[in-house]
Amino acid sequence: MSYKQYILVCGGTACDSIRGMELFNALKTAVKENGLINEVQVVRTGCLGFCEKGPIVKVLPQDTFYVEVKPEDAEEIIKEHIIKGREVSRLLYDKEQSKIHVAIEGIDFYQKQFRVVLRNCGAIDPNVIDEYIARDGYKALEKALFDMTPQDVIDEISKSGLRGRGGAGFPTGKKWSFAAAQPAGQKYMVCNADEGDPGAYMDRSTLEGDPHSVLEAMTIGGYAIGADKGFIYIRAEYPLAIKRLENALKQAREYGLLGNDILGSGFSFDIEIRLGAGAFVCGEETALLASIEGNRGMPRPRPPFPAVKGLWGRPTVINNVETLANIPVILLKGADWFNKIGTATSKGTKVFALTGKINNSGLIEVPMGTTLREIIFDIGGGIRGGKAFKAAQTGGPSGGIIPPQFLDTPIDYENLAKIGSIMGSGGLIVMDEDDCIPNIAKFYLDFTVDESCGKCAPCRIGGRKLLNYLDKICDGKGTHEDIENMREISEAMSRASLCGLGQTASNPVQSSLRYFMDEYKEHIDDKRCRAGKCKNLLRYTIDKTKCVGCTACARVCPANAIAGERKQPHAINNETCIKCGQCYEICKFHAITRE
Amino acid sequence: MSNLVQLEINGIPVSVPAGTTILNAAKAIHVKIPTLCYHPDLKAWAACGICVVRNAGSPKLLRACCTEVAPGMKITTHDADIVRVRRAVLELILANHPNDCLQCPRSGNCELQKLAADFGIRENPFPPDVQHIPVDNSTCSIVLNPEKCVKCGRCAIVCQEMQNVWALEFIGRGEKTRMAPAADVTLNESPCIKCGQCSAHCPVGAIYERDQTRQVWDALRDEDKYCVVQIAPAVRVAIGEAFGLPPGKLMTGETYAALRRLGFKAVFDTNYSADLTIMEEGSEFIKRFTTGGTLPLITSCCPAWTDWMEKYAQDFMDNFSTAKSPQQMLGVLAKTYYAEKMGIDPAKIFMVSVMPCTAKKYEISRSETMFASGYQDIDVVLTTRELARMLKSAGIDFPNLEPEEADSILGEYTGAGTIFGVTGGVMEAALRTAYCLITGEAQPPSIDFEAVRGMKGVKEATIDIKGTPVKIAVAHQMGNVEQVLEAIREDRKAGRKPRYDFIEVMACRGGCIGGGGQPTGATDEVRKARTAGLYTDDEKSVLRMSHLNPQIQTLYKEYIGEPLSEKAHHLLHNHYHPKKVYAK
Amino acid sequence: MAKLTLDDLRKLRDEKQKAIEKRDPSNKDAQIIVGMGTCGIAAGAKETFNAIIDELDAKNISHVLVRQTGCMGLCHSEPTVEVIVPDMPTVIYGNVNAEVGKQIVNDHIVSKRLIDNHICDKPAMDIVR
Repeated sequence: MSYKQYILVCGGTACDSIRGMELFNALKTAVKENGLINEVQVVRTGCLGFCEKGPIVKVLPQDTFYVEVKPEDAEEIIKEHIIKGREVSRLLYDKEQSKIHVAIEGIDFYQKQFRVVLRNCGAIDPNVIDEYIARDGYKALEKALFDMTPQDVIDEISKSGLRGRGGAGFPTGKKWSFAAAQPAGQKYMVCNADEGDPGAYMDRSTLEGDPHSVLEAMTIGGYAIGADKGFIYIRAEYPLAIKRLENALKQAREYGLLGNDILGSGFSFDIEIRLGAGAFVCGEETALLASIEGNRGMPRPRPPFPAVKGLWGRPTVINNVETLANIPVILLKGADWFNKIGTATSKGTKVFALTGKINNSGLIEVPMGTTLREIIFDIGGGIRGGKAFKAAQTGGPSGGIIPPQFLDTPIDYENLAKIGSIMGSGGLIVMDEDDCIPNIAKFYLDFTVDESCGKCAPCRIGGRKLLNYLDKICDGKGTHEDIENMREISEAMSRASLCGLGQTASNPVQSSLRYFMDEYKEHIDDKRCRAGKCKNLLRYTIDKTKCVGCTACARVCPANAIAGERKQPHAINNETCIKCGQCYEICKFHAITRE
Repeated sequence: MSNLVQLEINGIPVSVPAGTTILNAAKAIHVKIPTLCYHPDLKAWAACGICVVRNAGSPKLLRACCTEVAPGMKITTHDADIVRVRRAVLELILANHPNDCLQCPRSGNCELQKLAADFGIRENPFPPDVQHIPVDNSTCSIVLNPEKCVKCGRCAIVCQEMQNVWALEFIGRGEKTRMAPAADVTLNESPCIKCGQCSAHCPVGAIYERDQTRQVWDALRDEDKYCVVQIAPAVRVAIGEAFGLPPGKLMTGETYAALRRLGFKAVFDTNYSADLTIMEEGSEFIKRFTTGGTLPLITSCCPAWTDWMEKYAQDFMDNFSTAKSPQQMLGVLAKTYYAEKMGIDPAKIFMVSVMPCTAKKYEISRSETMFASGYQDIDVVLTTRELARMLKSAGIDFPNLEPEEADSILGEYTGAGTIFGVTGGVMEAALRTAYCLITGEAQPPSIDFEAVRGMKGVKEATIDIKGTPVKIAVAHQMGNVEQVLEAIREDRKAGRKPRYDFIEVMACRGGCIGGGGQPTGATDEVRKARTAGLYTDDEKSVLRMSHLNPQIQTLYKEYIGEPLSEKAHHLLHNHYHPKKVYAK
Repeated sequence: MAKLTLDDLRKLRDEKQKAIEKRDPSNKDAQIIVGMGTCGIAAGAKETFNAIIDELDAKNISHVLVRQTGCMGLCHSEPTVEVIVPDMPTVIYGNVNAEVGKQIVNDHIVSKRLIDNHICDKPAMDIVR
């Protein structure tokens, strides 16, 4: 026997901290006292994701959403809503008051996410093609092949305003039209599934959860530009996604949705998977093409652009996984539906991998124009452990570090560029007061120096020099001249590197110098790391008033840097101290400070 | 018919054919945009970042070497901003480059040094960081010094695209990138054919010829040694470049004079033995052609080519002429014929050969037939570049020397001999003599065979020898050769008669005048000038056919007997052996 | 499976959609869907999946269909499991280890009680309706 109604009380950390548990108990009591114990179940949930307006109470099956509920409201909810059937309107979530960035009917605003790309992830079994088909899968392909001309398809994509989701944001319809305009002959569709940004896994999840969306999109693209062959270039580090893709290809071919004469339309298209081999630079489109051709993954100068002269010299369209996942939806729901979502210049949604010092880390998909604040504090549930927000990093190693003053920036391509970052592929890393900004810049340079292909001098040599300077600074040996040299090198790298890797590798440095110069100054002038991350800048000191002379620290010190008599306060010699932190860990009397 | 593109460069209207790069378009308004990795022989690699320019309306900088002009472009080739970026890039490259110009083989002749001087680099703000990688001097011809490498990519692209040898590749990634053979073996274990085109294209001192001038100086100092020298045809039209003279200026007599000044007791000319090679190879061809022997006959005077064949095309080993190269023929004759005639103990003869070629350093000991005199027939090969250094260190005012004659015994040559230095020259010389030997006539209807001349990669022709068609092909630059071999392979598979009777191959673009040991900086313009110089030498000659060389006739009468005689085979012919592409 | 014509595809889609609406996929009226993206698997989703199947077998329950799916987006609470039972609200549970998986069978499926402390909100609006 199931209950008639369910009252869900958010038990997330944020709601808990504002009397959430009290509320839960109050509701349970109210249910009991009103004799409803067999009809209404009060359940405590995990975080329901709308932390700014907590405590949250949801009533099902009506799907009522109450916000800012106090324990004192419990009785009223039971009496009015449960018993009499009247919702308590003053507690209802007021949609009009929230910041509205999307003017589309049907979106429940309390749910800030809007899953277009991820529409099927979590809803279907990716191993079963019938489930994809049941949720309107391959319907867009039908429409394209039988009700639209290739030019119609391109026009629709252009009208939608879809821009490349790999990071560059180039209008997809325009790219397709360049390739379509080339004389007929062998052409190719290529899906860039190399996803190399550290911390980004949007494409992986899409491919694992909804592989057919990409296959369908590539087939539609092939139809639009006149290509009969497609390649999916996927990094070898994604074995599950590769398996799901291979399975999806097999099933699609069995159904004749790939191969010769698809659905009797006369159009033929097939797809081959090619694996990457561990090179971030092969996510750059010309290096990717070189890799497919069997050559070293080194970028080539553009022009000519791949749409004109790409794989083996033939017109080639390369699209990111997320860009492609949008295609079937645009054809089915229409470009006009799509271009109402988002901002004036950036239409549609964007998938972000929200990670870092955040409570609700995960994959989110929001309409363009959603602010950073909404993403981090509403959807993300705020900073873990209640620490202070310091910065957000978007765009991976090519992106910039965004300080708190820009939290209300609506996210789109242009706005992010204006504040010194980029949209990138969707990585969004949240940092708190315990993260050291120069250290973060160092982390990213470490990555790009390792991944640089080495072809052009500005990136190959400049990147290493930048990293060396950052090492110096984090080591307490930096100078202001180093900062000047870093600016000079950053300029040369961004203006004279051959490809996007080198051109953007200095972005973490440039944006952090722009907004966090104070932290650099502290590292250089005060030899201090306020986040406590740069080991060599930490000073360990023994508080003489707390030290009892137990000698535990002196015994554990590997550098013999602690001196003191038994039962006498000890002292640390900061010259010989190697900052290993062992003394700090072992002291039972909290006599050692570290800063 | 190409369209013209209208654009503006530095505010000046410019009109150039479509497909022109910004770099070349700028030349029209006398702007020479600085470059480093760019080389006119190769498709733009677009790596270094020095040649950046700006197009109005975009803050991004474009690379001038690879970007084609587009209508309406408004290019700025230089302003304070652009020069600052170039300078920063240059400083980065210099920071990772050793600071030992004074001891570098390219001091005074280095593209990076020139850029640094032009940009007025005094202090480098960036900390130095030079890769420490050992030198590869495993081959006897080429030295690879990765510390100086600026990763311009020219050597790998030349070795792969131009020469089809594939001995050099980019190894490693990012800052660990370096140039080496695949699988990181040494050059000697790689397919390297020692053609030296890598060293001829390297902008700095990262790949260069093995320097043996010290050995030669020591021999010249040794009173026990009788030092003699020969110079190749291609040397005389290029050595002047090291002294500021234009490419193609014939400096034959001056070179003889200079060599005597250095202390050589006899000065010979490889053109003499080029005539001799024609006698042997021409007879060989006629024999095969008229008695159903293995055809096509393929020339073998280029040791880089024979090395490539022994590695990559062993199915053509029987097609090769067994005649030695002119260098080797003269070498063996110096220590036998000449020694006997002059009453000199051959053990004391130290034979030096000045060549435009780095592979010749390998040829002199490539098989036991190179010791046919009983001694190593040739002791040392010097490249044109090394000879120039010897002359300079001797203080010889080369351009102003009085020309002299070579020692006639092994020094006289006909016009046919001198054109050995250009692509098509061996074929032309052979045809002139073959025509006469076959028909018995005094000379062919036209002594010039235009069909085999020029820079086209593969030249084909059918030569009419009094009604008998002789189908010939001439290929130069190793990258152009495989297609000729493939055509023959197709004929073989189809059971057809091979479409060529006689094939000439030279490994270097333009022939030996474009050799890997010639003064650096060769482009097609330079190659054409050097080529013209040799054809002038031919035209000016009184005798223009090898069989008319009186010294050659004497040699046969007195010493060899007949072409292809047993003595000829012993001294003047050799064999080929299959080799592994990778020695390991 | 033979190659589909256009009509075949449309018919197939219709059939599958109706089946889902009836919430009666092959005689089963309840569904437990386990998220099997790499994040889920890394957090132990395979063990959860097996535990659920084992528990259903042990309690002789045959009316529940257990399915796999991709990433639901609640990566901070993997493994995630969606439970659909007629007459009850559809719920997504987070942090479902093998133990909680068993609890889902016993509490939610059998006793029709929601489980405390594990419910997460469905993260976003379904655009395919």
